[in-house]
Amino acid sequence: MEITSAHFKKVAGQKLADKKVQEALARAKGKFVVARAKAIEELDNFEEIRRAAADVRDHCLANLDQYLEQWEDNATAAGTIVHWVESAEEMNRTLLDIATGNNVRKVIKSKSMLGEETGVNEYLERGGIDVRETDLGEYIIQQAKEYPSHIIAPATHKSKDDIATLFAERHQRPRLDDIAQLTHEAREILRPHFLDADMGITGANFLVAETGSTMIVTNEGNGRMTTTLPRIHVAIASIEKCIPTLEDLSLLMRLLARSATGQSISNYLSVTTGPRRDGDSDGPEQFHVILVDIGRTRVLGSELRPALRCIRCGACMNHCPVYQNIGGHAYGWVYPGPIGSVLTPAYVGLEKAVDLPNAATFCNQCSVACPVKIPLPDLMRKLREKQTELKLAPAGQRVAMRVWAWLASRPTLYAWATKLAARVGKIAGGRQGLVHRLPLVGAEWTRGRDLPAPRGKTFREIYAARKRS
Amino acid sequence: MSAKDNILARIRAANTAQAATGEVASTAAARLSAHPRGPMPTMTWDPLVQFRACSIAAASTIDEVRRRVELPAAVARYLRQNSLPMSGVCWPEFGDLDWLDAGLEMQSRPATGDDKVGVTGSFCALAETGTLVLLSGENQAATTSLLPETHIAVVNTGRVVVSMEDVWDLLRAETGGLPRQINFVSGPSRTADIEMTLVYGAHGPFRVHVLLLDE
Repeated sequence: MEITSAHFKKVAGQKLADKKVQEALARAKGKFVVARAKAIEELDNFEEIRRAAADVRDHCLANLDQYLEQWEDNATAAGTIVHWVESAEEMNRTLLDIATGNNVRKVIKSKSMLGEETGVNEYLERGGIDVRETDLGEYIIQQAKEYPSHIIAPATHKSKDDIATLFAERHQRPRLDDIAQLTHEAREILRPHFLDADMGITGANFLVAETGSTMIVTNEGNGRMTTTLPRIHVAIASIEKCIPTLEDLSLLMRLLARSATGQSISNYLSVTTGPRRDGDSDGPEQFHVILVDIGRTRVLGSELRPALRCIRCGACMNHCPVYQNIGGHAYGWVYPGPIGSVLTPAYVGLEKAVDLPNAATFCNQCSVACPVKIPLPDLMRKLREKQTELKLAPAGQRVAMRVWAWLASRPTLYAWATKLAARVGKIAGGRQGLVHRLPLVGAEWTRGRDLPAPRGKTFREIYAARKRS
Repeated sequence: MSAKDNILARIRAANTAQAATGEVASTAAARLSAHPRGPMPTMTWDPLVQFRACSIAAASTIDEVRRRVELPAAVARYLRQNSLPMSGVCWPEFGDLDWLDAGLEMQSRPATGDDKVGVTGSFCALAETGTLVLLSGENQAATTSLLPETHIAVVNTGRVVVSMEDVWDLLRAETGGLPRQINFVSGPSRTADIEMTLVYGAHGPFRVHVLLLDE
């Protein structure tokens, strides 16, 4: 997928001013948050489970080489064909090779964020393959030629009216204006494709080392269709998705749907181990799994390592005040919200996503909601440090920070300067006590908000006065 | 060096660099064979009561059947009450039942895209979340619970287990390995991808009806 994260500030500004985007965000706002809060109450030891899940994910990462090898041994024994690839290009090529080697014309696809990372649909289409997204949200944005704005609700930025117009045009049918009717029209259109596709592509929520299985969850049933009906099934999975046992899977399943949509469990949870067996009534003749690195090992060896615990529930973005106001597209790549502000710089390079670690208020909601306790604000802070190290922050900001550092290390001068600033600030704040425009680099900060003006005395002055009295 | 060797070498180097070399090989292997359970939530409810409540919360409907021979009548009753087609397909395990007598035209074969009603059994059911557990296999077509608009599943009351961990134990004890696919089904297919409005019947069944069989 094309990376447009460098334009974060500009696009975020556009999204704030875009009435339709703001309406869509207002519709969604809080729904997932409320549903999650209710769902986690079903677990009387939620925090204990959450801590255990974070530990399991860390344990997976610390022993990833062993679990991947165990997984491969068991998968191969069940008849799965395993491919290891290092780059996005290699993953796409492997998929196309499997398709062309088996005379595949049509592919049905269940949602995969990894597939979004590598732009697999466009790649296969260039190779002459017909690719159909089948998750309703993904289908909508594929028809609209757009990108997902949320990892579990990809079309959340589009209104019913947008979709009605889109479907009428693409399906060449009368325009519908009812959400259930629109959903069922998509069902009708996609059903024949499920039945006659040659190959199904899915992602994998997890790989289970103990059994050599892959696992996906869906609510729509498109995952079950994709893994059962076509004669070939290919699952693409990044290496960090490997977990040890089925018991670990149940532990994580208690958290995933509750953290994502507020369901106790996703509607369909499919654990797949190998292709169709002798005598089986259905299932693909071939089952391939492509194990993908694309930057994971680099992150594993970096200070951003805890981000690899992520189980892709979307809770961090649902709870993020920045995401709630600008939506997902401004982040400019596959993963929006706080996890995107860490993963995008980690996978595509900080220089291409320099503003993302700043797109946070550090309110810590994301890290509190994260089912595997990823310390997202800490990781963003580390990326901010790196911005300074690599001199990626704007020049004005860097000079300002240097001036402040110089001043702060000279206590007498600092006291004098802050006294002055407190008094000048009070006057500048006027009767309302608000500064509408800061000078120099501060002007950027006050472009979208007011600065509460100082009250005329510094903390140190007030403290000293209290101590005397 | 193959891609696999490169990736594994990078994982080892990264883990060494981060001083997270983990455990010795035998410990990881031991975890796989011991498969310890994580912390479990308190589950002191009666499994049948919980299964019923969670199934309804997941938008399934439930009926009870005392004896196996009464299954066709229960299926017919449900279909008639909901004005649904009186024909469909069933898993071979129910092929011997007298469907005609109940006014039903039921064929014992996997479902195609045209069948309107699918009757399946189940490996077991999960009380914790009101979930059906279906295995792939010779006489257990996955399509029967997936393609028709109505899925009717028979669950033996003695096969309602408490937690997902119990399902794994049951599988290990009874099948000695995993089938090609295990499907956990919790109510009808659904989506909320348009304006976060819940709609049933996204791609799979519009409705799931559970028959709790006491025999």
